[in-house]
Amino acid sequence: MTPAPGRAVYLDHAATTPMVPAAIEAMAAQLALVGNANSLHAPGRAARRVVEESRETIARALGCRPGDVVFTSGGTESDNLAVKGIYWARRAADPRRTRILASAIEHHAVLDPLQWLEDEDGADVELVPVDDKGRLDLEALRYQVARDPGSVALISVMWANNEVGTLQPISEVVEIASAHGIPVHTDAVQAVGSVPVDFAASGVDALSFTGHKLGGPYGVGALVVRRDIRVAPLVHGGGQERDVRSGTLDVPAIAGLAAAVELAVKHQAEHADHVAALRDDLVRRLVAAVPDAHLHGAAPGAGRLPGNAHIGFPGCEGDSLLMLLDARGIACSTGSACSAGVPQPSHVLLAMGCDPDQARHSLRFTFGHSSTAADVDAVVEAIVPVVERARAAKGL
Amino acid sequence: MRVVAAMSGGVDSAVAAARAVEAGHEVTGIHLALSRNPASYRTGARGCCTIEDSNDARRAADVIGIPFYVWDLSDRFHEDVVEDFMDEYAAGRTPNPCLRCNEKIKFAAVLDRALALGFDAVATGHYAQLRTGADGLIEMHRAVDHGKDQSYVLGVLTQEQLAHSLFPLGDSTKDAVRREAAERGLLVADKPDSHDICFVADGDNAGWLREKLGDRAPNDGGSIVDDASGEVLGTHEGTYAFTIGQRRGLRLGRPAPDGKPRFVLDIEPVSGTVRVGPRAGLAVDRITASRPRWCGAVPDRLEGTVQLRAHGAEHRAVVTVAGDDVDIELLDHAEGIAPGQAAVIYDGTRVVGSATIDATSRVGR
Repeated sequence: MTPAPGRAVYLDHAATTPMVPAAIEAMAAQLALVGNANSLHAPGRAARRVVEESRETIARALGCRPGDVVFTSGGTESDNLAVKGIYWARRAADPRRTRILASAIEHHAVLDPLQWLEDEDGADVELVPVDDKGRLDLEALRYQVARDPGSVALISVMWANNEVGTLQPISEVVEIASAHGIPVHTDAVQAVGSVPVDFAASGVDALSFTGHKLGGPYGVGALVVRRDIRVAPLVHGGGQERDVRSGTLDVPAIAGLAAAVELAVKHQAEHADHVAALRDDLVRRLVAAVPDAHLHGAAPGAGRLPGNAHIGFPGCEGDSLLMLLDARGIACSTGSACSAGVPQPSHVLLAMGCDPDQARHSLRFTFGHSSTAADVDAVVEAIVPVVERARAAKGL
Repeated sequence: MRVVAAMSGGVDSAVAAARAVEAGHEVTGIHLALSRNPASYRTGARGCCTIEDSNDARRAADVIGIPFYVWDLSDRFHEDVVEDFMDEYAAGRTPNPCLRCNEKIKFAAVLDRALALGFDAVATGHYAQLRTGADGLIEMHRAVDHGKDQSYVLGVLTQEQLAHSLFPLGDSTKDAVRREAAERGLLVADKPDSHDICFVADGDNAGWLREKLGDRAPNDGGSIVDDASGEVLGTHEGTYAFTIGQRRGLRLGRPAPDGKPRFVLDIEPVSGTVRVGPRAGLAVDRITASRPRWCGAVPDRLEGTVQLRAHGAEHRAVVTVAGDDVDIELLDHAEGIAPGQAAVIYDGTRVVGSATIDATSRVGR
């Protein structure tokens, strides 16, 4: 089944986005130049200048100080650095701090390091439940903190969930944590460029983001982390990024990242309006075409990522739907994690109270800057026969 | 046709998929995930459940230029193949999980799902030939390469299943398939063949069963007894570690009086007794079998041949069928035939059907 002729319909921007021309340009301009940003000579200084200007651009866009920005290889490294690095530093300062609290719906880039810390390094990880819309249960968090605040090393709650798009109550989390001086990390990989993100105003201590989710290059991102938060390094070496992260700086990627972040934040409001309108149209028409289809996660509006539609199709396997749409040139996602390509029921949907069957019957459509009304039309046109086929195949 | 090519990550299924494309079909590559936790079943590049195999299959699909997906059939596989395998050994029989997988997974679960999703057929890298007979029915014949022929493990397929199957390699030798894979730029061209049971790591059947059977083991040991004299010759740690005709691993410590090797002649799971004796005791001239599966018309009486294990010899036989009971009179004696194995019945090169062996009669008894 080869894709139908015509324009490919890409509705998986939560997985990755096409690079914006300004980012390609900024990156390409640096690819032709030589210079290690840590060298002392003129080419080195020129490279360093690009890095520092990029850092300043990002700081302006995200409401942090340039010195807060630690460049990394992307979201996964940033999350690992925050979770492990802050845990290690906090425990070193006070050995009673062995507890880490995180939402049950964190990305695997947070959950897996937490699991590792628990298995290998004596951490006590407590996952805080979410409600049926995928929003953190603040009462549960408050209770878990209050029962022994002195033993909490770190709280990690994502800004916006990557699967169902539900925004998390970050300012309330910060309020609960700051009463006890507990640092807060947030994985904002899906949030930057989609919703307003201001590091200083949010009050979080550390924030992860990555380039390729907002029109920038792959393989580059940052952990924004306050200078007064101690972070033990994961990657040792030249100490390039304030001794927290080593490795020769990827100057072209950093230049591309800064261009993309600047643009994404500048156009965030109109981008959000654009993708939300498409998303709302898609949800409305899909639910009309397939009567028992329903949206998972928070209601469209202030509590949800504007470009995310996560829709359950009862009686279907998400994998079948994905394959059948793919054959029609429509790229979307089941939103679930894969190991060896073996689909597991989504831990996010399970945490929201779905049973394993419900956790497998969904598709995630995510819109981005290149999305158009024609993309919505294509999905709506395809969905009825696709759902019928997938239902026939269910359980076979 | 719209065809699902089941791609294990090996050379055969990769070439089969490529040939299906060349035959003009619209082909989608599917890798079957049969283990929930791939590392638990086996590691290394043999078998068909590893992450490496899945990646090999994906790369082959890229080279061929077809879409590729992984289908998770681990629950079905566990239920229909692995559980059955354990039950059979627990009952003192010797199952063939590959036949079971073809019957229940590849040409059932996968085929049904494919048909429902709008496909017309499933193509695999099995070595067997399909042709349409004079009566209009699809016939399955042995592969041209008799050394590679896999019609035995397909002997469980019914006419309905055969009508939706493609075996693009049946007219080729393995060497030719490997050469073709290399010419097509498929990196799996030199990948070793898989031999053992895919879900049993390192081919250590007894060790795997010991670990998995647990309380379901019919016994945790017993005596090894001389079949003729009844003398206890040794002990063992569970009858499931033995199969009829087995010679190795008896650990009897002392040779037979005649100095010749001893073989497992019979297994009694309830008493935990393993009976051993000389090779002559293995000869069998009559088999009763049940649970028949017919590829086409059901025969009453057939003078043909039977094959009793994968890559085993052909034995001339007279097969009589009465409902679910299949009686096989062997004109050429067979050795080491265990209940649970499949008897696949041939008329010349054509597969007539198969049945599961219930009991055997030793020559002279």
